[in-house]
Amino acid sequence: MNNAAYFPGCSLKAEAGDYERSAAAVMEVLGQPLEELERWTCCGTVYSLTDDDLMHQLASVRNLIRAQECGADEIVTLCSMCFNTLKRSKVFIEQDSARLETVNAFMDEEQDYEGGVEVFHLLEILRDQVGFESIEGKVTRPLSGLRVAPYYGCTLLRPREIGIDEPDTPTILQDFIRALWATPVEFAFQAECCGTYQIVDSPEMVLEKSHRILNSAMRAGADVLVTSCPLCMHNLRLCYEELRSSLPEKRELSIIYLTQLAAIAFEVETGELPTSMAKLVEGLPTSMELVP
Amino acid sequence: MPSATKLEQFVGFRERVEMLSGENVFACYQCGMCTAGCSFADEMDVLPHQVIRQLQLNNWKVLECNAKWICASCLNCQTRCPKGVDLSKLMEAMRQIYLRQQMDNLELNKYSIDQIRCLPQIALVASFRKKTG
Ligand code: SF4
Ligand code: SF4
Repeated sequence: MNNAAYFPGCSLKAEAGDYERSAAAVMEVLGQPLEELERWTCCGTVYSLTDDDLMHQLASVRNLIRAQECGADEIVTLCSMCFNTLKRSKVFIEQDSARLETVNAFMDEEQDYEGGVEVFHLLEILRDQVGFESIEGKVTRPLSGLRVAPYYGCTLLRPREIGIDEPDTPTILQDFIRALWATPVEFAFQAECCGTYQIVDSPEMVLEKSHRILNSAMRAGADVLVTSCPLCMHNLRLCYEELRSSLPEKRELSIIYLTQLAAIAFEVETGELPTSMAKLVEGLPTSMELVP
Repeated sequence: MPSATKLEQFVGFRERVEMLSGENVFACYQCGMCTAGCSFADEMDVLPHQVIRQLQLNNWKVLECNAKWICASCLNCQTRCPKGVDLSKLMEAMRQIYLRQQMDNLELNKYSIDQIRCLPQIALVASFRKKTG
């Protein structure tokens, strides 16, 4: 990794603590420990889509300035929504020098943002900087036989200009799953929206959208579904709780963060796993059993 | 729905939406790809491609549709539109016309503290930004 600062965002310090713990452990193993950005603030969670409004870009730009202050040339996020918001703001502000000037003049308490801080999602770092072959080399407990559904959601992939892979035919998560010796299970709704923030005032609608996603993954035969977004995680798990009572016995789907999957394969801190996932892990061979 | 009285006096409606969004509504040739791929179209009273059609016709009444609040900016339409129209920005522009007149679409004071505690802050902050001014 170049000089990178890790931007957690609010969820990683609250309900997505397991995501952060497992990511930290995995990056230690890969020799690129996460170093948290100092004095970071909320990015705003959703990118402002109006052209005349710079106010809603300030939260993101402030974090880019924090990176600049500590000499980091990259920000790395775990949360897909933070990734999307920070990166889109960066592009919007840097596209036009007049915007950058206005924002800098307005935030006169901060040093000027000079541009050029890059924003990456951890998955991109794993693919482009660490390399999936190196990840494979660190696996001590191959996840052979585990059928894993890659769930992308929206904000990792769209818009195309900032997405980490082809929006309609992404492969990055499948490649990641393969590097851990598990079997990727593609399904129709892997890049459809879970319903996102509408959970606040339209929970029924969100549960319906999430239901389609879970059903589609289970029908494709997945035992596990991985995600990189704390809000998708919230909605999908909530939906799964509702769904579970109607499922036949032994038909379970474990919904976990992608770094938890890697942590299992590396035999390091995974954070809390759903009971069904813990059961699946018990069934896997351990490193001791692999020694001839 | 907030009252549309202020909106009725609205002149230059289309230009306003185009200015807020940075999109050209006449780029759309009504193929319907946006609606076909929209995960939320089944919840909308006016479908995504119909929203654009009404914008082309400068019909301010389209502002009253629920589609603008339902649209979750998933961007399926944006990545698939053969004409490069970003519908999510037009939806946001219509929301902003309401929000900038203090016509919010979220009443959090109806929620109990316990209900709010069960919601992830990421969803709350996003809702504030999408549905309050
Ligand atoms: S996909 Fe594009 S061109 Fe086709 S109807 Fe929708 S906005 Fe218009
Ligand atoms: S951005 Fe809005 S209109 Fe477009 S596909 Fe998503 S929900 Fe539908």
